[in-house]
Amino acid sequence: MCRIGAIKSKNYMHPSKALLLMRSQQKGHDNSGFAMVMQDLGGIFEDYKDLPILSMACTDEGLNIADNILAEEGFLRVMQWCPETNPDPKLIIETMPHYLFQVLQYPKAFKYATPEEKEDLLINTRLRLRKALEVDEEGYVYSFWPDVITLKEIGDPKDIGTYFGLWKESKDFAAKIITAQCRQNTNYDIVRYAAHPFFLQGYTSLANGENTFYEKNKLFQKKLYKGYVGFESDSQCFLYTLHYLNKVLKWPLHYYKHIITPLPYDEILNRKDEKILLKIKESLAHLEINGPNTIISTMPDGTVFTCCDSKKLRPVVIGSTDETVVITSEVTGINEILPERNWEEDIYPHERETVVINNDMKIERWQQ
Amino acid sequence: MKVNELGKDDLLWQIEYNSDRCTFCGKCTAACPFDAIEASVEKRRKVISEGPTPTPKINFQTVPVIKQNIDIQNFCRGCGICEKVCPNEAIRPVKNPDERFAMKVRSYTGNSFTRGGRNNLNTNERAFDKIQIGRISQMTDPSLDAQRHTFEMLAPFGRILPPQQIPLHMVDGKLELEDNLPPVRWIYPIIIGDMSIGALSGRMWEALAIATAYLNEEAGIPIRMCSGEGGMPVRLLKSRYLKYMILQIASGHFGWNRIINTMPDMVEDPAGIIIKIGQGAKPGDGGLLQAKKVAQHIQEIRGVPKTDLLSPPNHQGLYSIEESVQKMFLSLNAAFKFKVPVAIKVSASVTSVSVYNNLLRDPYNIVGGFFLDGIYGGTGAAHEISLNHTGHPVLSKLRDCYLAAVHQGKQGQIPLWAAGGMGMTGNLAADAFKAICLGANGVFTGKLMLQIAGCVGNDHGKCNACNTGLCPVGICTQNPVLVKRLDIDKVAENIVNYFIATDQEIKKLMAPIGNSSLPVGRSDALVSIDSSIAEKLQIQYAC
Ligand code: SF4
Ligand code: SF4
Repeated sequence: MCRIGAIKSKNYMHPSKALLLMRSQQKGHDNSGFAMVMQDLGGIFEDYKDLPILSMACTDEGLNIADNILAEEGFLRVMQWCPETNPDPKLIIETMPHYLFQVLQYPKAFKYATPEEKEDLLINTRLRLRKALEVDEEGYVYSFWPDVITLKEIGDPKDIGTYFGLWKESKDFAAKIITAQCRQNTNYDIVRYAAHPFFLQGYTSLANGENTFYEKNKLFQKKLYKGYVGFESDSQCFLYTLHYLNKVLKWPLHYYKHIITPLPYDEILNRKDEKILLKIKESLAHLEINGPNTIISTMPDGTVFTCCDSKKLRPVVIGSTDETVVITSEVTGINEILPERNWEEDIYPHERETVVINNDMKIERWQQ
Repeated sequence: MKVNELGKDDLLWQIEYNSDRCTFCGKCTAACPFDAIEASVEKRRKVISEGPTPTPKINFQTVPVIKQNIDIQNFCRGCGICEKVCPNEAIRPVKNPDERFAMKVRSYTGNSFTRGGRNNLNTNERAFDKIQIGRISQMTDPSLDAQRHTFEMLAPFGRILPPQQIPLHMVDGKLELEDNLPPVRWIYPIIIGDMSIGALSGRMWEALAIATAYLNEEAGIPIRMCSGEGGMPVRLLKSRYLKYMILQIASGHFGWNRIINTMPDMVEDPAGIIIKIGQGAKPGDGGLLQAKKVAQHIQEIRGVPKTDLLSPPNHQGLYSIEESVQKMFLSLNAAFKFKVPVAIKVSASVTSVSVYNNLLRDPYNIVGGFFLDGIYGGTGAAHEISLNHTGHPVLSKLRDCYLAAVHQGKQGQIPLWAAGGMGMTGNLAADAFKAICLGANGVFTGKLMLQIAGCVGNDHGKCNACNTGLCPVGICTQNPVLVKRLDIDKVAENIVNYFIATDQEIKKLMAPIGNSSLPVGRSDALVSIDSSIAEKLQIQYAC
């Protein structure tokens, strides 16, 4: 089973916080991997907020392929950071030869491009890279977007932390939002792409539980947008629905719950917004989920939220201080990294609730 | 001997009669509506001895007996009514494995053989029964408690728009609708399928209508009933119960004069309209109500004289899908001010997918449902050749249509409803559930309702005399004596009970796969023990 966690803070945090958050919950997961997405970056990336960062793990050949494609598209490398690794045969980790985080300059032709055109270029390039690297499994591209880096690996999370030197706090490598998860998706194959958090155009999602409506979600999403690919994990569907709602349809976030867990018909009839809720329930019936899941997501503007399916069979807890908010599966994780907080203010959201944390660390509880 | 005459060994059913047990009460001959048996006499030779020592004597006697008629009109249908009424177990029909009755009828009359019921060929092997609910939630997604969990058992009926086509605007961060949109009704995923007043006795039809109203108002099961072609009583049209009824229009347009005349007096809108293009039991054939069933009240409801009522096999004047969309859908939508969903019913066919694809692409967004009727549907009257040899099983076609919609990215936009042999083995819940997992939004059922009401017919040549107007249990006859055999209240009660049980049973299947709403398209929950079925339906094979 998965354990998931998200830390959002006014200050830049080092990923060791995420490792600590997840370590105390390790009885609940199977220690088969570690993955994290860092958004709103500090340290060495702080000066490049507007430039896309490519997060990739690959072989030598993969590196070549990627370089060629990026050059062909016209991207120019501005900065590259490769984590210093600490190989040790005792560590349980399946490594890739290269892990790199490249900051790139948009192609010249995009100098006067609109934000939409740039976004489209980024997704097209990522899909192109992914496709090319997939052929001989030469590499994995996890994200290609400004102010975001993604790291995923198979193995024991503790050892992955050691391998990448993530246990040692450092100011160079930090972010204001870190989402993390400690398990490979073992329901299916152990595939690097299958590890949450998943990222698409500024949206990040991670989830625990099993999406029992995976099949119908997947068949529907495949036709909705070119970026809805992979489906190595049934939890990718939550990300794609969020992206579809907010980015494609441009609907506000509070309709997310109405899409994934529409209210029962009789309840809808008693509401003022009956007409619109019915239309959503009808129109997006194939995006409904039936759980059991808890979802944590990040929006492009930095908002972080959590909600669960309508059966609430997967719990989540939110603990906070003025500076930092943590959402995670088990309260032990929060105790570890926010021991000082007032635990009486911890929130255990219910099945009709979306708990939303904005950039001022204000916590809002939206009722569906 | 006369070789060419019809013999007892040609008949479908042979009467097994035991004269030793018979008291000549006459109940069987009175009860048989087909005049298939009659009182007769036989000469008997008996050796008797009356003295204290054996003194055998041969005695010839004429004894009364019940005899089977050997006749192409009055032949035994195997309905078993004589057996039911006999107090002494003296008589029963026995199926004749060597029968060649239909062949003889063809050769004597030069006419094709007609009957009612379902397809009688290959009815033992159903694809439905080779599919199991194989995905049982256990560790990661716990099963639900079928008794205590609240399930949402509702399906859409009406045209569903993709989000981009819904006219919306934003007011203070909230979405609002700009316009009236195609009507969509949320109803129970089973519809009592289109059997007309005329094909059914008034009593049977009324029992269905009573059960429908009761299920809605008392049992919390918002089921709908489709009228079938032939209209409905004015009293019902003017009542508030009309909201539970789906009106059907077919190529004969029977009953629509009345419906249209009654429209100003309607207090509720009907639940929907179904345009019947084809029927699963006899695709390509029109409707047929034989004159003997056109009783006085049928003449009134339909506005016709007593004559054979034939609905043409096609809607005259409709030459293409596009045209049918424009003409029929628009006029019916308009007639009810665009407030009532209009759906189409076709027989499952090799071509169903193209029809469905076209409807999905229709720019008017007014097709509110695609009802697909498979080969194992029942009918009141048809040529046996149509019943047995035309048609298409519904399951794979339903799946094809669903996947065609998936291919277009339009699944759910025109709800799919499947029929044709649903509940043939007596279990509607299992069939409905499997069809829903394969992509149906719901199913409709007809013949099963008759069987619950007391129809004695089956798919192995038993009874199937629905076309004769002599239904032995009063279900599909207008004969005033025979209809009295049917107890309206009991039938309604049995149908209500059956749906309450079905509702429980569907939940018993939703619970183990962990779903609280209908698992439309959840083909991952199914496995098949037959690899070719698995391959065709794109579900897992299991052995
Ligand atoms: S089985 Fe039916 S049709 Fe045959 S003799 Fe008996 S009552 Fe008549
Ligand atoms: S009992 Fe009536 S409805 Fe049933 S098969 Fe016989 S004639 Fe048809």
